[in-house]
Amino acid sequence: MTNHWIDIGNSDCILVMGSNAAENHPISFKYVVKAMENGAKLISVDPRFTRTSSKADIYAPLRSGTDIAFLGGMIKYILDKNLYNKDYVRAYTNAPFIVGKAYSFKDGLFSGYNRRARKYNKSKWAFEMDEKGVPKMDRSLKDPMCVFQQLKEHYSRYNTKLVSEITGTSEADLLKIYKTYSATGKKGKAATIMYAMGWTQHTVGTQNIRTMAMIQLLLGNIGMAGGGVNALRGESNVQGSTDHCLLWHIWPGYLKTPRASNVSLAAYNKKWTPKSKDPISANWWQNYPKYSVSMLKSFFGKLATRRNNFGYDWLPKVDDGKAYSWLDLFDEMYKGTIGGFFAWGMNPACSGANAGKNRMAMANLDWMVNVNIFDNETGSFWRGPGMSPSTVKTEVFMLPACVSVEKEGSITNSGRWMQWRYEGPRPRGKSKSDGDIIMKLGLKLKGLYKKEGGVFPKPIVNLKWDYTTKGKYDPHKVAKEINGYFLKNVTVKGKLCKKGTLVPSFAWLQADGSTSSGNWLYCNSYTEKGNMAARRGQTDAVNKIGLYPNFSWCWPVNRRIIYNRASVDLKGNPLDRKHWVIKWNGKKWIGDVPDGGWPPLGSLENPNPKSKWAFIMRKHGHAQIFGPGRADGPFPEHYEPLECPIEKNLMNKQRMNPVAPIYKTDADAYKTCDPRYPFVGTTYRVVEHWQTGLMTRPQSWLLEMQPQVFVEMSEELARLKRIKNGERVLVTSARGALKCTAIVTKRFKPFKIGGNIVHQVGLPWCFGWRWPKNGREESANLLTPATGDPNTRIPETKAFMCNVSKLRRRRR
Amino acid sequence: MPGKSFLIDTSLCTACRGCQVACKQWNSLPAEKTMNRGTYQNPADLSFKTYKLVRFNEVVVDGKLKWLFFPDQCRHCMEPPCEMTADDPRAIFRDSATGAVLYTTNTKQADREAIVDSCPYNIPRVSKKRTLTKCNMCIGRVKNGQLPACVKTCPTGAMNFGDREEMLKLAKRRLSKVKKTHRNARLLNPDDVRVIYLVTEDPKFYHKFAVASNSAFDITRTVALKRLVRPLTNLTARV
Repeated sequence: MTNHWIDIGNSDCILVMGSNAAENHPISFKYVVKAMENGAKLISVDPRFTRTSSKADIYAPLRSGTDIAFLGGMIKYILDKNLYNKDYVRAYTNAPFIVGKAYSFKDGLFSGYNRRARKYNKSKWAFEMDEKGVPKMDRSLKDPMCVFQQLKEHYSRYNTKLVSEITGTSEADLLKIYKTYSATGKKGKAATIMYAMGWTQHTVGTQNIRTMAMIQLLLGNIGMAGGGVNALRGESNVQGSTDHCLLWHIWPGYLKTPRASNVSLAAYNKKWTPKSKDPISANWWQNYPKYSVSMLKSFFGKLATRRNNFGYDWLPKVDDGKAYSWLDLFDEMYKGTIGGFFAWGMNPACSGANAGKNRMAMANLDWMVNVNIFDNETGSFWRGPGMSPSTVKTEVFMLPACVSVEKEGSITNSGRWMQWRYEGPRPRGKSKSDGDIIMKLGLKLKGLYKKEGGVFPKPIVNLKWDYTTKGKYDPHKVAKEINGYFLKNVTVKGKLCKKGTLVPSFAWLQADGSTSSGNWLYCNSYTEKGNMAARRGQTDAVNKIGLYPNFSWCWPVNRRIIYNRASVDLKGNPLDRKHWVIKWNGKKWIGDVPDGGWPPLGSLENPNPKSKWAFIMRKHGHAQIFGPGRADGPFPEHYEPLECPIEKNLMNKQRMNPVAPIYKTDADAYKTCDPRYPFVGTTYRVVEHWQTGLMTRPQSWLLEMQPQVFVEMSEELARLKRIKNGERVLVTSARGALKCTAIVTKRFKPFKIGGNIVHQVGLPWCFGWRWPKNGREESANLLTPATGDPNTRIPETKAFMCNVSKLRRRRR
Repeated sequence: MPGKSFLIDTSLCTACRGCQVACKQWNSLPAEKTMNRGTYQNPADLSFKTYKLVRFNEVVVDGKLKWLFFPDQCRHCMEPPCEMTADDPRAIFRDSATGAVLYTTNTKQADREAIVDSCPYNIPRVSKKRTLTKCNMCIGRVKNGQLPACVKTCPTGAMNFGDREEMLKLAKRRLSKVKKTHRNARLLNPDDVRVIYLVTEDPKFYHKFAVASNSAFDITRTVALKRLVRPLTNLTARV
């Protein structure tokens, strides 16, 4: 979230699209209700009428996988009707930048496409630079090659008639939503978006979100209270685990995982440190080496020295151009190239796309360690449906973990709030906290490598691993390490910082090895003043917009609404006087922690040389309406899902995202326009169950409410297939099948797509054979395809093709 | 006796069913064995194991689809027909401070069928031990200054609890606000019950027994009348 949960209550218009907040983030509705009580409009866009839709002022259905068409239509509407916030767009976005002549877009392809490699050469999308090396700009937005004019041209094709034919949403509904939402382009109004996996889990996932970010920029809604782009995380600590490098392609704090071609620390820092020639651009990432070196000092302590590249050579490098995501790992596992596997707090036998492939893949392992609070479909995969235990060679170890309330530590919620939790009841039986398990494992590995050597023992042997107190894992020691220490007496900004004290914030971090910080973004969270995340102050900030700055702690540097320099005009006066975020009082900023303390810009033509452009994390200081860094193009474009119900993309000549990954094992099958799989399928969660249901299916009160996997379908489709409400049916895709209970409902309606009727069905993915005991309820991910977004490789589980049919009567 | 009251504002209910689970947890009620019957509503109905149940209904009103949620529970009537029918304070009585209508194990000896029939909201259920059970307003919590479990757990403000005067005021305030966007909004039997529902549509769309029929409280009067003309023997037998 750019903003945070409480801030939803400040909004004037809430779009819930690509998520179902009432069911999957039920507490968020406390703030949705608050906003609505103050007159905010709630819009729900979803293929299916949900519990969120039931509370919305406006509901509109759309076919799964067509969000870019829907939102692209809104961009056109905003531009055609001049509803964008001109001052904001001119000053804070890259709309005035001049795009280079090599950029073009034709027949669904951007320039630079390599058909064989299914990849773009992104250098074709570069901006034109002036003689000083600063992007050329036309703040009047009139130059035909400026981003603004290119944007206009790109979305000129997205008229409501065509958008309606693609999405299945009626033109009247489209216009009603466009009008309501874009009304917040007015000064003093803000709209927000609540999205989740309904947007990310597509072959165009990243671009779904970019399209929305562009709308928010056009309307001047980023940096504002009640605005922003807000990802509702699917689990209480997804934000924290991502910040601390859960994903393969990032190091803690969104530093890059080094590529094989980054042959030395110097080469690595050079490659990933952006350089700007613009003196008004803060270009915050110019500090990259301070963060990477401080992280290495945290990893290897005293053993990390300037002479050994601070231990850079000990960390693994990934091959250039190769992906190591979840989808790729299971693909490799399926091919038999992976020997061992830790499934830690995960249940890939149910949660992963094409779960049947994952289950077979696990049979190719030598060993698997399942760390979880209960046994699950993953730990027991070898005795699951269709498995023959005697032929599975994988040795499975179960390590019982204690549950969240039984351990001390922090979680970071969707709003970036790092919240410290104390240990409630003691862990039961022999279960241990994750921290204890990994500490012990690390110590054991270090001992073995020390004793036995091995191919490359240094990374493990040299690892600083001193986070225990009296033999037990100490979360405070880890939290302090993440914050970072001064490792020698240094004078920074005229202030003596003593060796061994905690670094007050990332502005103090150094690239010379004199500081450590496990994650620069969290530097400021545990300082000499104490554990900031454990604070429980109940007073609000001076602007009274629910920031509660002394309650817990939020990254970066306790800034509750990021990009807040864009919430003011050039003089530093808030654009929204009622819900103001920051304000220049002549000497300093008051309100939220500002995105840097520099004074206001003053003017665009002659900016105050002491000031900085608003978007300090971007190299050129401006938010990117034109995003030349994405794998699939600088402007989002509508492509059909990999599996879709129509032969031709009605928007352009490319049916699917031309750079989406495709896997080719015999367990991967993709079918489009195949009469055997005529219906669009999607998956979702329900409020009664949690993720794959591992924690909720054994809970009898929750299972009582949602006892069985179901498939929801329209009354029209049920009539067509002669399916009765409540009967068990078979749902099949090119990859798998499962039996479900049919819920025949008015909440699904057939779509009219390009003149044809298209039916859609939906299933929750929170079931699995391991529980309930009878083993009859299975995971909807047996159906979903292993393909995904080319930028993130999040799988496309939200749009695929399937069939629903009556079960054949068993003969007596 | 002003006592306590609930306001259940269904315009704010998202059917998260936190209340349904909280009720089971506080009252230590076991789960029922259920099946998906083609609806989210589960269990199918109130029972001696289920005092609170969110009912789900899909209706089309004026061409617009509505998904209506109704967290059903005992209304704790101001003049409870069940209490009058039982006519035995050892079996059914009202708590003097709160007005909660409470059942004891002595309902085993009462005319259970008549009591069940007397309820205009179809609430009381017969347990395996042949006693009558239903929502008890979490009386133990309320007596100790805490909110009923269902109210405590509600994230949106649909479930409210407090002094009757305060709840009636809140109900009126909420109704006038909700009426601006839902012209069919109304309060259900606010003068007769302590659990006041605010609904946005015709109550018949929510549940057959959402609102007491006009004759329901007449029955109460009939019962009272019957008691007046009851043979003396019956009375003396009691004394």
